[in-house]
Amino acid sequence: MKYESSLKRAQGLGSAKSGVHHWLVQRITAMALIPLGLWFMGFSLLLLTSSYEEAHTSFSSLWIVTLSISFVIALFYHASLGMQVIWEDYVPHELTRWSLIMGTHLFCSFLAILSIISILKIFLT
Amino acid sequence: MLSAPEDIKRPLSPHLQIYKPQITSVLSILHRGTGIVLFGGSILWCFWFVSLAGGRDAYHHYQTLLLNPVGLIILMGWSFSFFYHLCNGIRHLLWDIGIGYEMPTVRKSGWTVVFSSVLLTGITWTIGLMKWKGLL
Repeated sequence: MKYESSLKRAQGLGSAKSGVHHWLVQRITAMALIPLGLWFMGFSLLLLTSSYEEAHTSFSSLWIVTLSISFVIALFYHASLGMQVIWEDYVPHELTRWSLIMGTHLFCSFLAILSIISILKIFLT
Repeated sequence: MLSAPEDIKRPLSPHLQIYKPQITSVLSILHRGTGIVLFGGSILWCFWFVSLAGGRDAYHHYQTLLLNPVGLIILMGWSFSFFYHLCNGIRHLLWDIGIGYEMPTVRKSGWTVVFSSVLLTGITWTIGLMKWKGLL
């Protein structure tokens, strides 16, 4: 039995003040992905059966490249946040959960960087 | 005598399989499921950029990998997941600003999501396959 008031015990044990940020960024990226995702899904599926030349030249427009990179950033950020929630909900072991979340964030960052550099290489060559 | 703590069969709270599937719960689970599918699908997009940056041979190799019956079924499932997650995501965003909480509305918006995602997938693949076969 500890002789502490309820207030004393609760102080300093509040939220980490980062939950709102996660919630908000998940929604902001979701809103960005509505137009960007619809466009890019159509764009990439139509190019899927095109020739290499046709696909390559479609990335020669400054606007297409800018929108593609914006899409990639929103996509992998959103994917990373979504997967984090799934690990948090279903993995009870703390160290495993923490490793999976960190692994997911690193993996998504890597895929985003790889995609962006590839798009820039297509654009510049 | 009290038995040891590990011998006590404590009641568990009812889990997912106990409940009758309802449009609300099924769609909620599908939102998560399709989210996981899309996480995998985003890797396909990344590889597509990499193959296009890698030159003609790499691109053709990737194309033949995707443009076969198995690849096309995966792509169709992926695009359905995409349209479902997008439509249901809009439903979630509307809930976030306080719209559509009445039960009849929730059911109606749920079925709207199901029909629009099927429709969008159908339209996309009709156009996509027509273009592939040179009909467009």
